[in-house]
Parts: sequence; C-alpha cells; structure tokens
Amino acid sequence: MTVVEGTQTFDVARIREDFPILGRRLAGDFPLVYLDSANTSQKPVQVIDAIDDHYRQHNANVARAMHQLGAEASAAFELGRDKVAAFIGAPRRDEVVFAKNASEALNLVARVLGDSGRIGQDHEIVITEMEHHSNIVPWQQLSQRTGASLRWFGVTDEGRLDLDGIDELITEQTAVVSVTWVSNMLGTINPLETIIAKAHSVGALVVVDASQAVPQLPVDVAALGADFVAFTGHKMVGPTGIGVLWGRYDLLAELPPFLGGGEMIETVTMAQSTYAPPPARFEAGTPPIAQSVGLGAAVDYLSAIGMDNIAAHEQAITAYALGALQEIDGLRIVGPKEAVDRGGAISFTLGDIHPHDVSQLLDSRGVAVRAGHHCAKPAHQRFGVQSTTRASFYLYTTTAEIDLLVEALHYTKKYFGG
Amino acid sequence: MTDAMNVDSLYQEIILDHYKRPHGAGLREPFEAEVHHVNPTCGDEITLRVHLDGNTVSDVSYAAQGCSISQASTSVLNDLIVGKNVEEGMAILDEFNTLMHGKGKIEPDEDVLEDGIAFAGVAQFPGRIKCALLGWMAWKDAVSQALVTTSSTTGDPK
Repeated sequence: MTVVEGTQTFDVARIREDFPILGRRLAGDFPLVYLDSANTSQKPVQVIDAIDDHYRQHNANVARAMHQLGAEASAAFELGRDKVAAFIGAPRRDEVVFAKNASEALNLVARVLGDSGRIGQDHEIVITEMEHHSNIVPWQQLSQRTGASLRWFGVTDEGRLDLDGIDELITEQTAVVSVTWVSNMLGTINPLETIIAKAHSVGALVVVDASQAVPQLPVDVAALGADFVAFTGHKMVGPTGIGVLWGRYDLLAELPPFLGGGEMIETVTMAQSTYAPPPARFEAGTPPIAQSVGLGAAVDYLSAIGMDNIAAHEQAITAYALGALQEIDGLRIVGPKEAVDRGGAISFTLGDIHPHDVSQLLDSRGVAVRAGHHCAKPAHQRFGVQSTTRASFYLYTTTAEIDLLVEALHYTKKYFGG
Repeated sequence: MTDAMNVDSLYQEIILDHYKRPHGAGLREPFEAEVHHVNPTCGDEITLRVHLDGNTVSDVSYAAQGCSISQASTSVLNDLIVGKNVEEGMAILDEFNTLMHGKGKIEPDEDVLEDGIAFAGVAQFPGRIKCALLGWMAWKDAVSQALVTTSSTTGDPK
C-alpha cells in the first residue's frame, strides 16, 4: 500500500496522487476540476486495485459456494462488513446491513417498520423540509400504506432546521423521526443530539440519513444514539452499488424481512418460510460482494488519513469557498453562509442565469458541478428557487480549484452578459 | 472532440437572442388546451396553452421556468408554429425532433426550421436535448388535447 500511514499533516497534493482521475484533462485541454463529490466521490487507486484484485483472484459467490474461491469470496465480503462496522463504531458487526445504496437502506427501514405493525393510523412520522427525496418519498409511501400522518420540521431563512416547534412536532403520537445529518443541498449539519433526545423521550424511533455525513465527519453510531443510520459507499471513495443500513441489533432482530429470496431464509417449504437473523434477513439474493471489498478498502483509506483530518480539511475548504464565492457580484448562497456546523456542499444562484447554463459554461472550462434541484425540491421551494448550482468538496479538493471555479463563474457571467 | 464540445456551438447568438427576448411569452386567452410539463432531471417547468381556429394554430402561449436552451426553443416554436395548420406544425416538430436526436450528423433544413437550425449544436450535448424539447413536447400534448376538445364541442363524429 502506498498510503499516508502516520501522516501528521494533511497533504492534499499527496492525496491527489492516489486518485488517477484527478489527473485527467478534458475538452479544450482544461484540467478536471471535480467539484461534485456530494453527488459521487472519486476513487483512490487503493479501492480500484482492491476491486480489481478481487475479480482477478477471488471471485465466487458467497455463503453457498463450498469451494476454495467461495470461501475466499465469503471471507472478503464479510471482512468488508467488519471494516464498516469498526469505521462507524457499531457495537456489533451484524448490525451492518448491506443494501444497494442509501435510498434502498431508507426504503428498507420504512418498509419493515410498517410491516412490523409498529406504525398505524394514529401515529405520526416526522421528517424535515431539507431532506433528499430518498428520505421523503419512502415516508410518504409509508404514510399512505398505514394511514399515519406525515409532519415535518421547517427550515429557517439561514438554512437551519427550525426547532422552535419541536415540542408540538415530536409528541406521544410520533412513531418515527427521520432526519438528515448533513443536508446535501444546503450543507447544514443538523443538531441531531437535540432531536434524538426529544424523540426518545416520547418513545419514537430515530432514523438518520448520513449519506453526506459518513464521508466527511468522524461517525460513532453508538455515541450518536440513533436507532438506524443509512449511508452509501460511493460518496466515501467506495464503489457504487453498495449502501449501508446500520440498526440497533435488538430492533433489527424483531423486524420482519424486506425483500424475499436467497440468503435471507432459515428454511423454506412450499407453504412458508422462516427467516435468517440479521443482517442476512435483510439481504436477499447475491449481495454486493466486490462492492463490499471495495468499501472495505475505502474505509481503510479514509481511516489511514484520519476522519478528523478529513473533516478539518472539508471545513477549511468550505470556509475558503464561502468567502470566495460571496465576493462574486450577484451570487447568492442558499444555505448557511458561514462555515459553522456546515458540510462541504454549497448551492447558489448566479444572477438570473439558469443553473443549467452555469454548469454548462463551467463544464466548458473543465469545472464539474451539479445543477438542478439536487433531489431536494422542497428545500428549493422553501427558498423560492427552482434550481441551483452546487459545488461540493472532499479530501482531494484544493483552494486552487476553488479559485478556478470563481474564475469560471466570472467567465460565465460575462458570457451571458451579466 | 474539442470542436464538437465547443460551448459556443451550443450557445449560438440566435439562441441567446431568443432567450433574452422570448417571442410570444406569457399566457393568453382564449385557449382550448393547457398543459404543464416538467423536466424531472432539472425541475424545469412549462405551462403551455394552444388556441386553435379551426385547423389553424392561432396561438401558442406559455409561461416557463427554465434554462436558455428550453426558453429559446419555446420562443422559436412560437415563431414557427403560430399561423400554421396542425399537420404542418406536427411536421415541423418531427423535423426538430429528428435534428435533436441526430447526434450532430443531420444537416437542418433552414426552410422548415428557420431560427431552429441554431439548435443543431444541442444535439452534441446529450444532457441538453431534453431542454430543447421541453416546449415542443408540451405543444404536442396540448395540441392533441385541443383537437379532442374542439372535435367534441363541435359534435364531430369520430
């Protein structure tokens, strides 16, 4: 391994060498300036090689293949689970359920909580106005299936959760509260401690969408105290195709299965089946095997650098970008404008230039950002905008790249006559 | 590749002109059909009305939120379609649609598409084709509904 072990200072240039794609040049010979990591992160050679090695040397199906390769693949797959469990501070390895992404993990919780009979028409489900669609739609569907009411926290003008009405919102009727840790659009880091304490005081379960949190913050699920935490591999330098649902074991153990199929059963007759204990109960079919290997390599990589260091870098880059962007005339940041309790995603509008046109012009200069509603339409509606342009950062982002972004935004303004 | 991906081939002067001063924008009466279309990937929206006078498209009015490409293409649509009969309008739509899906290999017919030929460059940017077609698909939907409405109110046997 060519890492970073024992590194005392955060060396971005050194880290960038691990990411082959960051050396790419795009049309017009512009160097790639990748500012779309909240969408998906790039992958270090350590992760790419781990997946490559798995397919070259150890590929087989897991759990059911009795041959040598089957044993190697099974061990490699389960080692990925061990590494993820350790990375997030899970008290038990079998609290880590693999799904295909964070959306599926959130759907899994919503589905099985409904099927368990824990949520009925007298109950309420509480979410927030700043959620990603994947933490809104499954709860709307659960509400439709069960008759439970859906309620939500609003968002302040600054882009923070409005907790003023928390005592009216989270009540004895509340069965479940599902909230994002870090907003993918506003960048806000939410005060989970307050929400979890309130929810538990009324006996409600808490689901945390940690898709943007696990990649950039040190996470300890045991210390956090939530009941379920969902996130995805591809935003944390891991591969696509694997998501994680962490759940308290006692809860997982009493919940019914999600999908039916292979690997999730104890025994099957033509009339009925009994189900395997967690996590297998929730992992029907051939699981994401190579993806688990890749995700294991990803958490090794992040751990070697240190999540505290990554969080500090993210904070520094975000502060730098917030300052630089706000110097552009006509640029309006939607979300907290200071790097306090804030993640590394900045959404903004640029005069009346449509975000599609902004991102197209940036792309013509090699700067990759996201434009649109970022799967958070209600949060956009809250701020009276239909769409925004979003720049998002990660451990490999440099201040020089932020400068190129700013330069490209000036170019865009000029292009559209602003 | 560099030439094809040149952003100037996308943002033709004609497109930027239509974007800044869209033709026929705003919702007007009378109309026989109104539709609301969205581009789910970006959230762009258009409300579009069609007024038919017999078989003639006598007005296409619209209110849209969208990027320069979608706004300009709806403006061009207004130029091209208003005053034509429904069959002629559908033929122009087909021509425009073909151009959009031609991957940049189709030579547009200026006699048919007029300012619409400026959108030839859009076909090189797969992510923007839906933008260019948003207003056109809305028009197709609206005119189909308007035909049903007018034929039922005039008691035309089907």
